[in-house]
Amino acid sequence: MTISAKDLLELLRYPAAAFVVALVYAPVREFLRRHRSTAIFLGVTAAASLLPFIVTLPVLNEFERQNVWLDGFSNAGVFVLLAVGLNIVVGLAGLLDLGYAAFFAIGAYTYAFGASPFSGNHFPFLLMVAAGAIVAATFGVLLGAPTLRLRGDYLAIVTLGFGEIVPIVFLNADQFTEGTNGIGGIYKPDLPLLESFSLLNPWPFYLVMALMIIVVLILVYKLERSRLGRSWMAVREDELAAAASGINTVVTKLLAFSLGASTSGFAGVFNAAKLTLVSPDQFLFTVSFTVLAAIVLGGMGNIWGVAMGAFILYTIQVVLLHELNTFFDNFHLPHPNFVEYQYLLFGLALVVMMLLRPEGLFPSQRRKRELHAAEELGDDAELPGADELGGVDPSSSEVRL
Amino acid sequence: MNPHASEPLLHAVKVTKRFGGLIAVNEVDFTIPEGAIVSLIGPNGAGKTTLFNIIAGIYDPTLGEIDFKGQRMVARPENVRRATILWFAPGMILAAAAFLAYQVTGSQLVGALGGLIAIAGLVIMLLAGVARPLWYGRLLGRIGVFLSARPNDMVVAGIGRTFQNIRLFQNMTALENVLVGMHSKLRANWVHAIIDSRLAPMATNEERAAAARAEELLTLVGLPGKGHELAKNLPYGDQRRLEIARAMGADPALLLLDEPTAGMNPRETSEVIALIARLRRDLGLTILLIEHDMRVVMSVSDRVSVLDHGEMIAEGTPDEVRRNPRVIEAYLGAPAV
Repeated sequence: MTISAKDLLELLRYPAAAFVVALVYAPVREFLRRHRSTAIFLGVTAAASLLPFIVTLPVLNEFERQNVWLDGFSNAGVFVLLAVGLNIVVGLAGLLDLGYAAFFAIGAYTYAFGASPFSGNHFPFLLMVAAGAIVAATFGVLLGAPTLRLRGDYLAIVTLGFGEIVPIVFLNADQFTEGTNGIGGIYKPDLPLLESFSLLNPWPFYLVMALMIIVVLILVYKLERSRLGRSWMAVREDELAAAASGINTVVTKLLAFSLGASTSGFAGVFNAAKLTLVSPDQFLFTVSFTVLAAIVLGGMGNIWGVAMGAFILYTIQVVLLHELNTFFDNFHLPHPNFVEYQYLLFGLALVVMMLLRPEGLFPSQRRKRELHAAEELGDDAELPGADELGGVDPSSSEVRL
Repeated sequence: MNPHASEPLLHAVKVTKRFGGLIAVNEVDFTIPEGAIVSLIGPNGAGKTTLFNIIAGIYDPTLGEIDFKGQRMVARPENVRRATILWFAPGMILAAAAFLAYQVTGSQLVGALGGLIAIAGLVIMLLAGVARPLWYGRLLGRIGVFLSARPNDMVVAGIGRTFQNIRLFQNMTALENVLVGMHSKLRANWVHAIIDSRLAPMATNEERAAAARAEELLTLVGLPGKGHELAKNLPYGDQRRLEIARAMGADPALLLLDEPTAGMNPRETSEVIALIARLRRDLGLTILLIEHDMRVVMSVSDRVSVLDHGEMIAEGTPDEVRRNPRVIEAYLGAPAV
């Protein structure tokens, strides 16, 4: 449903309402613009409190019960965290990472080693969240260090390889990881105030997830707006010029890798605690790919955009495609199994996006200006010719996603 | 900075750079006195930009060295293999200590913790080897390893540069471009950014002060009030000025300008000449200029150095160089006999 100009005019016929709106709108907007951390907190809290009610409304409540919806939202939250973390690496620092699921796996297995009957340890959940983030960050740095000279396609290939290696290592080191079976019976989180984490009650996970998203969004927002965020952007724009402006590009890129990886590790710990099982097949290339698709769909570089993109994509993947199958079945119509064709559909969606709206559904202001300024100029101002590199390292010509 | 007024700010000794069989720069000796404006001229392909890139830390020279403020910055690396000691020794020592502690106490926890610390030590040293922070450089100096400075080390040491073909951060605003230039002067790291709040506003305060300083620099180069324009939307001449402002962000002692007036009309050119003169007069900057426009070279330079085929063929005041027969030959060709 769209609100037409006529409806708005209709609203203006109530002078009191119009007066209140006019009085409140500008200051509220200004306040939220200035206090972005508060805005993030309020925004996520509002979304998290509304969602449980929305799914009890007609149409949606016919699909599934509220509990099932909430469980799905917690899983979607994992994807949101992954997307926000990958956005640091790809969207802000411009390093195309196709093996992001590896850090997700490392975070999950860290929790499995720290809190399961298999390992015999039972460390507190909060400690393990920190440990998962730190271990994933360390591996982020270890992956980052040898790949620093690479960029664009070459970096993508190496990270893709890393993303494949990690699950295979977990698969084959069955002495430590139980191989294909994975580590099961992982302990549920034990948090004060939230006593009853169980498969039947999705609320504690839902709340913890909302909290984690708030924390991560605020932190990433602060990083983006900081001196470090600016140097990420500079490295993305022109690495040589960034180095010649005094930026230690090595440190900058390693920080992008490790902070992105730590977010992924964070999500991995939550996921392991929720599923109570980790196995290598949870961390295949499709995870990396789906997260990347989510940030392209949502609007690379914009925190809200990638969070929304991940949420929408996950909901489509898990809910919509299943419901399409059910819908066709109910009417006894022949149809393909939509779930099987999900990656084909994602691919098509990405192609359509690139043609119609390359900046994503909710682009950052910056990227919007970037992509549409070239259109206005009507020339290929975006493409640096080889002659423009004038006497400096030709490998520094930029390859951008 | 320099206790001996007679000692030059920058001193290049027998700098040579080969690209395969091509000798781009051949045994060039070159000095820049403090506070001077020195021009580097020569026909196309003479090796000016290569020499420039060596001074800026982008290329390592094949032979020779460059001293800046009396300190050796750029040369062939020495004793590089010795750095491996630095990578592994701390981790090894920590591991030995952990093993000893485990033997003495017999506690598995102590052993595990010690092992973790040893691994951390190893990872930190390997990372330092890649990222080369200041303390690592000092440690390397202690054990006699010399590594050539990278571009960002040169900026920290006090050399700012512009590029022959404008290399601004096109999709960032003019103000952000200058703020990136000020990067090495700012201290707030990612931890400061995360804990930044009204209670501990270190990063906020620093950013605010930096933005004010960046505005000043923009005004200095003649771009007041254009801070919020995207760099790529600025006119060509303004982009060149913005590059100078960005290079000024790190408060350099020596500014390297690579053809600052290329592609400018006469009026813009004379404005840039005035700007260069003002930078030296008001801020005491030393400036090295590559320039093809002889009007610029002759009007602002204290000294002119002429490169041809990678060799320094003349050096002196503008008038001396103008009358030098080798220079005339390089530019116009030898007289027919």
